Amino acid sequence: MLGFDGVSFSWPAQRLLHNFSLAFAEGKTTALLGASGIGKSSLLQLLAGLHPIEQGKILVDRSQIAWMGQQDQLYPWLSVVDNVLLPSTLTGQPPDRHRAKYLLERVGLAHRISAKPHQLSGGMRQRVALARTLYTDRSVILMDEPFAMLDAITKLRLQTLTGELVKGKTVIMVTHDPAEACRLADEIVLLHHSPLEVTALAAPTGAAPRPADDLGLFTAQAALLTRLEAYDISSE
Amino acid sequence: MTSRLSNFFYFLGCVMALWVILTHQGIPDYLLPTPQQVGAAFVQQPTLLLSQAAITLSEMGLALLFGVVGGVIIAVAMASHRWIRRLFYPLVMASQVIPVFTLAPLLVLWLGFGIGSKVVVAALILFFPVCLTLFDGLSRVPQQWLDLAATLQASRWRCFWQVRWPAALPFFFSGLQMAVILAPIGVVLGEWVGASQGLGYLMMQSTARMETATSFAALICLMGLAVILSGVVQGLRRYFLWPTG
Repeated sequence: MLGFDGVSFSWPAQRLLHNFSLAFAEGKTTALLGASGIGKSSLLQLLAGLHPIEQGKILVDRSQIAWMGQQDQLYPWLSVVDNVLLPSTLTGQPPDRHRAKYLLERVGLAHRISAKPHQLSGGMRQRVALARTLYTDRSVILMDEPFAMLDAITKLRLQTLTGELVKGKTVIMVTHDPAEACRLADEIVLLHHSPLEVTALAAPTGAAPRPADDLGLFTAQAALLTRLEAYDISSE
Repeated sequence: MTSRLSNFFYFLGCVMALWVILTHQGIPDYLLPTPQQVGAAFVQQPTLLLSQAAITLSEMGLALLFGVVGGVIIAVAMASHRWIRRLFYPLVMASQVIPVFTLAPLLVLWLGFGIGSKVVVAALILFFPVCLTLFDGLSRVPQQWLDLAATLQASRWRCFWQVRWPAALPFFFSGLQMAVILAPIGVVLGEWVGASQGLGYLMMQSTARMETATSFAALICLMGLAVILSGVVQGLRRYFLWPTG
């Protein structure tokens, strides 16, 4: 079981969660959609244990969590390969250079392992972040708008690559992009705002399989946008 | 690099030209010696100047060692524990309200005319920029870098050495750069108040004997030491800091 069980949490000036419960499907990709500032990223941060909760339980094995943020979070003083090896460095584990190089090869950066982050483009940096996220082979991956800062083409390529690399893992992804949600997620959770609370709604895609072709994707996006409009959770 | 060197020589040329012009305005030698007289002081007393420069350099080196190590320890302690920050931060700030110039005679009285009083005066002066800039750097590590370390369940110790310390290095080097500029001021101040050797002492003695050319030569030696130390810090900065692109 992975999720929230009766959790309450407040920021200094705002109550975010009150007796909030939400379960995530294990081994699947769940997209969290909702308006800006509603608390999607906060949910991920709570799952990652970055903030103490007031009451309730967060059901997750934190040793199984890998994190990928909106910004690449690469450390500028480390080379590409050392950034990928960071989980080992920070936990005192022996570095697995073969795995780091394999992952860099998978994300198409085998030729840039010695480069420093400032020598890479935004898309390359995000690919390094993806390799670092997958390096520890953890079963739960939390992604906070991982492709939000990329151009459309790079975003599409990285989404496809991510879809391939995270197969079989439990992925919880915050996104503003309905197309991204339809492309990557098995389930989509809409978060909407009732005063000072967040409520999770049922997955709008239901049991329908992820759209396999462009037409299916387009139809799913249209359906999702209609639903977003109905709940008035646009980002504006 | 070539441009910087040419700028330096251009500046030096302007200063020399101004100096020569001023010495031809009837200003007596004991007030403003000519460049030739200062050059002669270097040629006539190289051993004296070098030996005094070595003493001042050793005082500066020790002051840098104690001031920087003290600054780093206090900054790291303040950044690591809130109660230490609450205890030390007001003390560190308050210590800067008291001009070290007023403390120098007391320090000479307590520690004597030897090297100790000069080292302490200079260390007290340069402690502040090192401590405060490093503390600032350790407190301003981007939250996203710390969050990543937290999600990876890094220990506090590893988070410090692998994330906070390297992230704060640019701040540390800024403080160190200021420290090497302040070190000669502190040491010479200590030597002026009470010493029996060193460039500051030599400047005081030669000025009192109207040997202004020697005083100028000592001053140039002091500037040279400051420039060398500053160059060393710049080199360390280039070696240890990551390029920003």
